[in-house]
Amino acid sequence: MNERRVVITGCGVATPLGIGVDALWDGLIARKSGIGPIKAFDAGGLKSRLGAEVPDYKMADFVPKTYRKSTKVMARDIELAVVCALEATRHAKLITKCTLARDEADGALSVDSTRFGANIGAGLICADLQELAGALQTSGDHASGAFDEQKWGEEGMYQLTPLWLLKFLPNMLGCHVTIVHDAQAPSNTITCGEASSHLAIGEAFRTIARGAADVCICGGAESKMNPMGVMRQQLIGRIVAGGDDDPATACRPFDGSANGMVAGESGGLLILEDLEFAKKRGARILAEVIGFGAGTSISSWHEPEADGVGAALAVENALRDAGLKAAQVDLVCTFGTGINGYDAAELAAWKRVLGDRRDVPAMALKGALGTSGAGAGAVDLAGVVMALHHNTLPPSANTERAATDGLLKFAQAGPVDLKIKSAVSLAYALSGSQNAALVLRRYEG
Amino acid sequence: MGWITPLGCDIETVWQRLQAGKTGMAPTTNFDASKFPTTFSSEVKDDFDLAAIIGAEAAQRHATASLNSRFALGAATLAWRSAGFDRQAPTDMSRVGIYLGGGEGPLDFEPFAAAACCGWDSEQRSLNTVKWAQVASERLDRMKELEQEPNLAASHIACHLKVRGPSYNTLTACAASTQAIGEAMCILRRGDADVMISGGTHSMIHPLGVTGFNRLTALSTRNDEYASASRPFDRTRDGFVLGEGAAMVILEDLEHAQARGATILAEVAGYGSTADAFRITDIHESGRGAIAAMRLAIEDAGISTSDIDYINAHGTGTEENDKIETLAIRTLFQEGGRKAPPVSSVKSMLGHLIAAAGATELITCVLAIRDGVLPPTMNYEHPDPNCDLDYVPNAPRKADVCIALSNSFGFGGQNDTLVVRKFATEPRP
Repeated sequence: MNERRVVITGCGVATPLGIGVDALWDGLIARKSGIGPIKAFDAGGLKSRLGAEVPDYKMADFVPKTYRKSTKVMARDIELAVVCALEATRHAKLITKCTLARDEADGALSVDSTRFGANIGAGLICADLQELAGALQTSGDHASGAFDEQKWGEEGMYQLTPLWLLKFLPNMLGCHVTIVHDAQAPSNTITCGEASSHLAIGEAFRTIARGAADVCICGGAESKMNPMGVMRQQLIGRIVAGGDDDPATACRPFDGSANGMVAGESGGLLILEDLEFAKKRGARILAEVIGFGAGTSISSWHEPEADGVGAALAVENALRDAGLKAAQVDLVCTFGTGINGYDAAELAAWKRVLGDRRDVPAMALKGALGTSGAGAGAVDLAGVVMALHHNTLPPSANTERAATDGLLKFAQAGPVDLKIKSAVSLAYALSGSQNAALVLRRYEG
Repeated sequence: MGWITPLGCDIETVWQRLQAGKTGMAPTTNFDASKFPTTFSSEVKDDFDLAAIIGAEAAQRHATASLNSRFALGAATLAWRSAGFDRQAPTDMSRVGIYLGGGEGPLDFEPFAAAACCGWDSEQRSLNTVKWAQVASERLDRMKELEQEPNLAASHIACHLKVRGPSYNTLTACAASTQAIGEAMCILRRGDADVMISGGTHSMIHPLGVTGFNRLTALSTRNDEYASASRPFDRTRDGFVLGEGAAMVILEDLEHAQARGATILAEVAGYGSTADAFRITDIHESGRGAIAAMRLAIEDAGISTSDIDYINAHGTGTEENDKIETLAIRTLFQEGGRKAPPVSSVKSMLGHLIAAAGATELITCVLAIRDGVLPPTMNYEHPDPNCDLDYVPNAPRKADVCIALSNSFGFGGQNDTLVVRKFATEPRP
């Protein structure tokens, strides 16, 4: 098949370690933790009071002046995507409508708007609970909670702003990003929980490879740092028990004594380009995307698939797509959330793929970053891009007691020099059946 | 093909009703909407019996499924059966994938609202999140929270039909299932799967869904004339009518289908997807994104505008959509030097199924091709100078349809178009 080669030329992330891929990488290398007591709201009534929050930022710093008013209709998830989009274009030195309008660049647009696409993963966006509760309480009984739908229909709903719905539609991440940067080519919003970023980046990879776009901005963003976001995870039974754990060691991927994930927020958007297009504009090539694969778990739509078959299929499909054998994988980026059942299932999947290999260099970032949902996978991939770029295995927080039967080897005390040619990253939906994997390679011409 | 719609749950019955101009609209029963600005909608009726479709045992296993997931399970199982896979399943299920445009599962409104009310601190005029958390953790149900994730419908289908291949859910608002079918086609073309289950499912007929659309003033408020409230392209149109349901198609690699002797209903020949990149609230006034999506789909199919016999419009019945969609179609065909073909909107009868709308409309196109009948645009009485195409008003029309085009446009400027063609065994020149 005559497909175009696709490369990564920029990474924009917003993580609990800060805004920008340098803050992420420097923080990982310095073994910083992004996990701490939740500050966004009073979490006193929750089982866990720990979260992984992105440090403060100002939206005005990430949009043109003319777009500032629109930032008022952005849920936090949308904000994170818009922040990441400008970070990614800056990192790729891509001149867009936004960077021009902000006087951060001059000259011609790097890419024709009709050849610039967006594939952005999104989660189930939580409505701003303060705003919604403030409206709902006008139509309900404060003692019993009984709600009067007639009163709401007649009066209560007018407490909400006319554009209220648009703050929480999942495709609004993509809509705002495409408006701000003027990306008019194919645009999609993948909503598959934690697998969203990988599926979105995989789709962008295919879109460019078949020639439907020259450049795509792709990845995902989600924030669970709101009362409903954390409550959902608590009800489903995934977050760490015992709210007074030491934040820095609360989330322990692949550690049998681990007791759950830390809910968080993050976003990651990558700039993918046709190789020839990137070379022509003189872009710095960070890595090449050489394989994508997806697979489906069928044992349950709400529990891990213990034998790891669906996740293994995703990785095997990605490796086949890349033309790589499992023995050629130099780095494995795990999704390890610290939830026992999911970590065990993931390990089963890696065993299926890697066979009898031992001590495969691996990373697991959620011990430091928590689990954000749709943004988490893109942040992992940004980490992989940096690892490839620096030939360095970053330390993975709280993996000292990771039990992988000798299959995976995480760095702990500090970064480790590692010659990396090819790396594979896996992500999967915690609620749901989707698994996806991407294979990246050092670009060597 | 399979669908669960406000006009019924099997392909032929609904198709007959669409040709007869029946309406799915009635006063809303999913909740007490009697004092909402819009008191009616287009709900799936009591004839939907999931257990009858998937079996009592499977229905029990999926008992916690949301309405969205239930619609999806029903429609996907019917489609699977109509493709003959219930008699002989595909030999390699890792080559069977899913690409849905599935909406969020409905919010579990009663306990959610109760927690908001009980947690409200009237003195501070703000929500006490500690008090809220106590009530919320007692009253909310874990499975109902889980079921709100938009990828759950696809996950239920995967577990029920044992599908192992690539699996996705997209949620590009009202364009979602058209986009899903287009992307599924791309996956098959590349050879990453042999069979894709694709389509959409959605219900936003719940208190906050209707609130959201009512606040946007997107819904018709013709409460006294609900049966004729959805009036695409009519001068008196005042918004769309919210519908619910699911529609699924089985897409298959041609050689795979021929090798197993499958009945081929039609060929999905082209797909175009663009973003307006204009405003979150408005469509670009020139229709540039819609024009580009149609043009890309036509190019992708290797045809020209003059080959198109019928357009199944997005045609929501909102002032803005119908005007700009008309402009976009007219502009595209003027460029090609010919008059636009007949255009109709089945939303006049089904209402707007949001994420599932595009898939119902693709199925309609396939049936129009099969039977040589264009479904009507109902409730069209008052011509609008801004909408001057042939909308197949109020009655079905016999017409040879070889190639049909189906449009879906979403809030925020998502534009997706599919080209579907009568299947011919010989490759076309």
